[in-house]
Amino acid sequence: MQFFLEVLIGGLLSGVMYSFVALGFVLIYKASGVFNFAQGAMVFFAALTFVGILELGVPFWIALVLAFGAMVLLGIGTERIVLRPMVNQPPIALFMATIGLTFFVEGLAQAMWGASVRGLDLGIQDEPIEWMMEATGIGVSKFDLFAAGVAAVLVTALALFFQYTRVGRALRAVADDHQAALSIGIPLQTIWRIVWAVAGFVALVAGLIWGARNGVQFALTFTALKALPVLILGGFTSVPGAIVGGLIIGSSEKLAEVYLGAYVGGGIDSWFPYVMALAFLLIRPEGLFGEKHIDRV
Amino acid sequence: MQLKTKLLLSAVAVSSVLTSSAVLAQASEQFIGLPSYRVGAYAAGGSGIYGGWIDYMALVNERDGGVNGVKLTWEECETEYNNARGVECYERLKSKGASGNTVFQPLSTGITYSVLDKVAQDKIPMVTIGYGRTDASDGRVFPWVFPMLTNYWSQNTAKIKFIGAKEGGMDKLKGKKIVNIYHDSAYGKETIPLLDAQAKKYGFTVVHIPVSHPGNEQQSQWLRVRQEKPDWVILRGWGVMNPTAIKAAAKVGFPRDKMVGVWWSGAEEDTIPAGDAAKGFIAAGFNVAGANYPVVKAIQDNVYKKNKGNMEDKARIGSVYYNRGVVHGIITVEAIRTAQAKFGKGKVMNGEQMRWGFENLAIDSKRLKELGAEGFMPDLKVTCLDHEGSGKVKFQQWDGKQWKVLTDWIDADKELVRPMIEESAAKYAKEKNITPRDCSKEG
Amino acid sequence: MLYREAGQFKATYAADQQIFPIRQDRIGIQLLLALAFVAVPLFASEYWLKAIMVPFLVFSLAALGLNILTGYAGQLSLGSAAFMAVGAFASYNFMLRIDGMPLLVAFALGGLMAALVGIAFGLPSLRIKGFYLAVATLAAQFFIVWLLTKVGWFSNDSSSGVITAQEMVILGYRFDSPQAKYLLVLSIVAVMALMAKNMVRSSVGRAWMAVRDMDVAAEVIGIRIMYTKLLAFAVSSFYCGVAGALYAFAYLGTVEPEGFNLDLSFKILFMIIIGGVGSISGAFLGSAFIVLLPIFLDVLVQDVFAGLLSPSIASNMQLMVFGGLIIFFLIVEPHGLARLWQIAKEKLRLWPFPH
Repeated sequence: MQFFLEVLIGGLLSGVMYSFVALGFVLIYKASGVFNFAQGAMVFFAALTFVGILELGVPFWIALVLAFGAMVLLGIGTERIVLRPMVNQPPIALFMATIGLTFFVEGLAQAMWGASVRGLDLGIQDEPIEWMMEATGIGVSKFDLFAAGVAAVLVTALALFFQYTRVGRALRAVADDHQAALSIGIPLQTIWRIVWAVAGFVALVAGLIWGARNGVQFALTFTALKALPVLILGGFTSVPGAIVGGLIIGSSEKLAEVYLGAYVGGGIDSWFPYVMALAFLLIRPEGLFGEKHIDRV
Repeated sequence: MQLKTKLLLSAVAVSSVLTSSAVLAQASEQFIGLPSYRVGAYAAGGSGIYGGWIDYMALVNERDGGVNGVKLTWEECETEYNNARGVECYERLKSKGASGNTVFQPLSTGITYSVLDKVAQDKIPMVTIGYGRTDASDGRVFPWVFPMLTNYWSQNTAKIKFIGAKEGGMDKLKGKKIVNIYHDSAYGKETIPLLDAQAKKYGFTVVHIPVSHPGNEQQSQWLRVRQEKPDWVILRGWGVMNPTAIKAAAKVGFPRDKMVGVWWSGAEEDTIPAGDAAKGFIAAGFNVAGANYPVVKAIQDNVYKKNKGNMEDKARIGSVYYNRGVVHGIITVEAIRTAQAKFGKGKVMNGEQMRWGFENLAIDSKRLKELGAEGFMPDLKVTCLDHEGSGKVKFQQWDGKQWKVLTDWIDADKELVRPMIEESAAKYAKEKNITPRDCSKEG
Repeated sequence: MLYREAGQFKATYAADQQIFPIRQDRIGIQLLLALAFVAVPLFASEYWLKAIMVPFLVFSLAALGLNILTGYAGQLSLGSAAFMAVGAFASYNFMLRIDGMPLLVAFALGGLMAALVGIAFGLPSLRIKGFYLAVATLAAQFFIVWLLTKVGWFSNDSSSGVITAQEMVILGYRFDSPQAKYLLVLSIVAVMALMAKNMVRSSVGRAWMAVRDMDVAAEVIGIRIMYTKLLAFAVSSFYCGVAGALYAFAYLGTVEPEGFNLDLSFKILFMIIIGGVGSISGAFLGSAFIVLLPIFLDVLVQDVFAGLLSPSIASNMQLMVFGGLIIFFLIVEPHGLARLWQIAKEKLRLWPFPH
């Protein structure tokens, strides 16, 4: 039982890690209907830029601001150069454009900062909490708890932002109906820029957390692969869905690897999340929190 | 229409460049094609290894004026670590230079497999140092392939010897438990049969736990490790899997100085991201880290002082990957020297002559000292039967800042490995209808 | 003027139903085939045949398969590489385990195995659509590669999990020279491309397009959605499977499961989007673009700009230019290269009197 709990808690916490990346996808999909495959590359770019600036001897907070600035620039540039000329193209063409963007951003990041792998220390140790370990025998990492805390703050901030600010309301209007939003005078392009900047910020946070965990290196782009099933499960358009999806995927993946993996030779966490998301989809084709879609002839 | 013209123009440009480049060759220069990779997830290793290798060849050109007067030239071809791109690079580099490409070293097991048949047809030796096809160590079946210095199986037996020594003798291994955490791929799986054989031989138990690619999440695997309570963990990782594993070990409280990695888990790139958690982690290596070896110093004096170095990040000179590249350079240049000694000093060697050079390559400790690489890499002697040539590794420990050498060269358990290699090579020979060479007739 | 269909009258049903009803097209395709079958093997260097033409053809076939599924039937797939892997490993095992198995039959059986797997992973498409469906094919992608790595039987228990394709022998003739390999691949690809061309203009193809454009409407007019979608998955996977077998047998020789990774799937998706979604010629144009462009960039960087840029910047620049060009093409011509050809045809119809 204790072992089961430990696996479950570990899984839930790593699910939070997946949610970070999934959040970025959701933001952009919600506002512009683009499935932004470059989110993983943006995570990598953000983290590498931050560490690169840090290496130049810039203090932590200023580096953070500068890295955020770089992400805003990237977001605005993407809106201006990629998305604006492609308005009204089919979703698959936009999706492809973001894959092109992925290559570009990956190349840009490594051309600017080099290919070497860097460490990143946020000052929080990735070690189990001792008193908990002693009392219950269950190890819960301080760092993972910290990450969960950051996720909670981030989601709350985003929810408040969407709910109570002018920009947030405009954003929801754009998500509902581009045409209607335009006709009541909401500047679509400004909104898109803001969304890409916010997605850039989320990528930066995700990059810092993942980078501190596994090192700042190219593999950060792979985090996008873990975010996909989360996204499918939670629905492309739901912020809470990204969190709940992350928790479900994270925990079930770990439980499956531990309890099922042993029977089939292990390593099943490469495909298990996808199969699970698939099983969910067969019951609810629009994800847990996605908006129901009605087909009309 | 404009676009179409542009398309046409670029198509013309491709074909003209592709055909013209073969003509630009110059005589009395030894051409070495470098199928390198400097982008993406593999860039960290690629830029270090190819950097060190190119720097060593530049050193030979700058300091010695080439090999007996024959200058070395090289050209890179970006493979992105992709098999199809690797094949294209192989074909492109093949016909370049005065005598075509004379040695192919893809630094990727996948590309090694993809060009395995081609090198024999084209008579270009393929050298794979510390990766590639293990059973190619049997030179009778694979005359054109040289998996030099040491292969994964040899490395693994040396590792068990090291663990045995730490436990106070091989007999103390009885009843111990070793967990093998491996990258769930062809590369990762390769040592499983050998570990099983060794477990039987020495009486320890071994538990294999796979980590699926890329391995940036290993919570469940390491919780299993904690459940198993092993005495040692063997880490057979790649890329981000390594720092993640080290961190996850810290998380479940497994001592890092009981973790032993393969050489693709034992570079600065694997430990630095893990921070303090990596302190004490041990890894095998056929080359050591450190910039204070005469050969590395010579590169700095002769190449970097003239601003001809290949590394952009000079801090990486002397890192594990960089030094591995220097080892690649040393072996390549010494093979040219060996071939020239037989086929004519100061001449450009062709692929067949280079093959002879590799097959008769012998770098003893005296020669290593002359090269300024004493203790830097193991001595080796390649023969027709044995294309591996050495099988020795050293173990290094990460002290939080840099790698510290723990042991002297540890030999592989050849008695165990060799029959397995021969068995596997014979199976391949049968599948492909190859009649193994008779080595007593080779000279 | 040059390309004018006016004045070409059809007197029989057969003439009206041929694959290329316009004479200029017929001549064009015959010239193209003559060029591919005669001129290329005669004049192309070994490098061009081995390193460019063969992979170009193999990827064209895979792109053709994906285009049937995504371009004609409208089902987005990110698992093409996995179906290629099924084809490669199945063909290998048929050759290995059945004595005297003819090569072409092994390829066809490999394609059939891929088709069966494709149907299995296509089942969710009956309920899931769009990007959500992409996850089903992603599941196929990861699961199949995992299975091929995990079960030793598929690779004949080789310790490293790789397979070495058998020699290609048909009726005693060995296809081992670059020319022979190229011609074999070309023949298979040409036949299958013509089959595809024929299929998409038949009732099957029309049903696919109806489902693509609006599946509810298609159902209303009496098209059996389940049958149509699954058929698209089966045919598409068959094409990918044969492409995979050719990839292993005629191109690489030795393949490992990891070689058929998500990157390869994406590459094939690129091909159809750059080439033109829902177009047979688009698959070929896209494949040419995606195969040649990185090589062209690399040659440009290594030969022309050698020494001007530091090596890592040079390599990363290639990646950036590659990504940038993809975006550029999508912006300039979102319907792909095949659309450029259509525009050219329009111009030729009027040339030399454009007004």
